Amino acid sequence: MNEILKLHYVVDGNNFSLAGQAASDVKKMLKTLGMAPDVIRRVSIAMYEGEMNMVIHADGGEIDVDVTPKAVVMRLADRGPGIADIDLVMQEGYSTAPDDIRALGFGAGMGLPNMKKYSNDLKIESQLGIGTTITMRVDINSRG
Amino acid sequence: MNKTQKFYHSVALNAEKCRGCTNCIKRCPTEAIRVRNGKAHIRAERCIDCGECIKICPHHAKRAIHRHFEDLEGLYEYLVALPAPSLYGQFNNLHNIDFVLNGLLHFGFDDVFEVTRGADMITQYTKILLAEGKLKKPVISSACPAVVRLIRARFPELCQHVLPVAAPYIVAAKLARKAAIAKTGLPAEKIGIILIAPCPAKITDVRMPVGVKTSGIDAVLAIDDIYKGLLNEMNKLEEKDLQPLSQATATGTSWCISGGEARALKQDKYLICNGVENVIEALEETEDGKLDDLDFIELKACTEGCVGGVLTAESPFVTQSRVYRLLKNLPPANDIPKEALPLDILDWTEALEYAPIFQLDGDLTTAVQKMRRLEEIVKTLPGLDCGSCGAPNCRALAEDIVRGESSEHACFFILKNKINRMYQEIAISEHPQEEKPHEK
Ligand SMILES: Nc1ncnc2c1ncn2[C@@H]1O[C@H](COP(=O)(O)OP(=O)(O)OP(=O)(O)O)[C@@H](O)[C@H]1O
Ligand code: SF4
Ligand SMILES: [Mg+2]
Repeated sequence: MNEILKLHYVVDGNNFSLAGQAASDVKKMLKTLGMAPDVIRRVSIAMYEGEMNMVIHADGGEIDVDVTPKAVVMRLADRGPGIADIDLVMQEGYSTAPDDIRALGFGAGMGLPNMKKYSNDLKIESQLGIGTTITMRVDINSRG
Repeated sequence: MNKTQKFYHSVALNAEKCRGCTNCIKRCPTEAIRVRNGKAHIRAERCIDCGECIKICPHHAKRAIHRHFEDLEGLYEYLVALPAPSLYGQFNNLHNIDFVLNGLLHFGFDDVFEVTRGADMITQYTKILLAEGKLKKPVISSACPAVVRLIRARFPELCQHVLPVAAPYIVAAKLARKAAIAKTGLPAEKIGIILIAPCPAKITDVRMPVGVKTSGIDAVLAIDDIYKGLLNEMNKLEEKDLQPLSQATATGTSWCISGGEARALKQDKYLICNGVENVIEALEETEDGKLDDLDFIELKACTEGCVGGVLTAESPFVTQSRVYRLLKNLPPANDIPKEALPLDILDWTEALEYAPIFQLDGDLTTAVQKMRRLEEIVKTLPGLDCGSCGAPNCRALAEDIVRGESSEHACFFILKNKINRMYQEIAISEHPQEEKPHEK
């Protein structure tokens, strides 16, 4: 058990300028651990997209990250609107981002597809009106 | 160069002057400095020779080790000065660069070769490389040696984005030696190629270059060191007597101010950033993929670019405004076809490899354990980031403890609590019938 490093972040849904901070912190941490650049990149892209979705679509939430010498597991839990059709949102290009968010360069509908692409495993549990929990695992020493 | 030496740094401490304050430890962008036993120590493997600590030290205890003109006496038969364009901005009301170049000849050099000529070629070559589309975008400039070292140490993913082309002073140095050999017939080693530089990062890069095997430069003089003597010689000159030596273009000269290099490339999408804190932020954004649509990123560690180097004589802002004025009278650089460029000098021969100097341990399992301990220790520290433990912040102290390089007693507050507790215990054992002594 001594090999698990647990990290916890609270993502503020009202502060757009802080969005991405948790992903950035995790990236720094992984560098200090001496993880392979490829793993760091995949974790930080996947987590950044998940964190942005929490801020944009779900008013924030909490992120737990478990780091072991074998894998990095990220659990992103929010109490947002939930996702009605998971297959639909997983499609490249599908987005419900409002215009003001699009003006900032988001809303290409590529976040979730990238989270899937860069992680070895992605699981979405969601209930309408209750919230969404996304779990992603990036394996160390293997390509996703 | 000493081959067994792993790190060479031009930035060094003058221990006598050091008062052990916290200015430099807090300013260093790589957290390379610790105060131990009342004196600052630089961790060689972390220092990128940016010179920030020299700039901030109120006691002038940090300095750059460079040569003086007198040191060169008798070493070479033919001395070529390689003035960096930032030198031109040091002089008030300079309208003709030949004053500077002729001044250098009177100062004692046999010849001059302007660094701007290297810059002109790199501009041309970079344009060609960008048009060929083989470089990984966004391409990051390799001209600032402090930035290249920062990327190597902290941004593994970005190593492949760094322009694999030698810096202007290195290109100029190699061309200068060829030209001097052709002109004098002397063997290469009798010719001294002497860079006149604005910053310690270039001094380090000359000794231990990145991307190329050797810099081709024999010694580096600091602008602020030759400034007075050179000005003296320049003041004796009449414009009508000047030899027409300068080949400086607006393109090459503008490289010494932030943005000059990037604008000369005439790309649609580029980013310009100067000052080491800003540079780190830009690199983080690039690493996060937020700047993927850019063609070129110019980063300079010093404020306003090379004119902000710590070895210059004037402030960055004054120098910058003078350089802008000079540029108005200079011609643009000519286009050079690829066949005419000295690719053997321009191309990097060594890849830029990530040097993970910040990692806690080479073994991931041990690193994870150490990180857990580090997180635990951070919770016990007061979080004031006061620096009195000798580390730049509480987290850095925790890291030092985990690395076995410090102990929690270095923290004044932890020590004070311990002493308080000990004092209470002694007081209780001496006067067991009494109440606890009052705190404070
Ligand atoms: N945490 C969430 N809670 C509720 N809905 C979500 C959540 N995350 C994503 N969605 C929905 O899924 C859609 C697709 O998400 P995805 O991240 O792929 O694209 P996007 O966020 O719209 O745009 P991009 O990520 O490219 O900026 C979103 O537009 C949104 O409707
Ligand atoms: S030169 Fe820069 S990197 Fe080196 S110790 Fe000083 S501030 Fe730190
Ligand atoms: Mg998204």
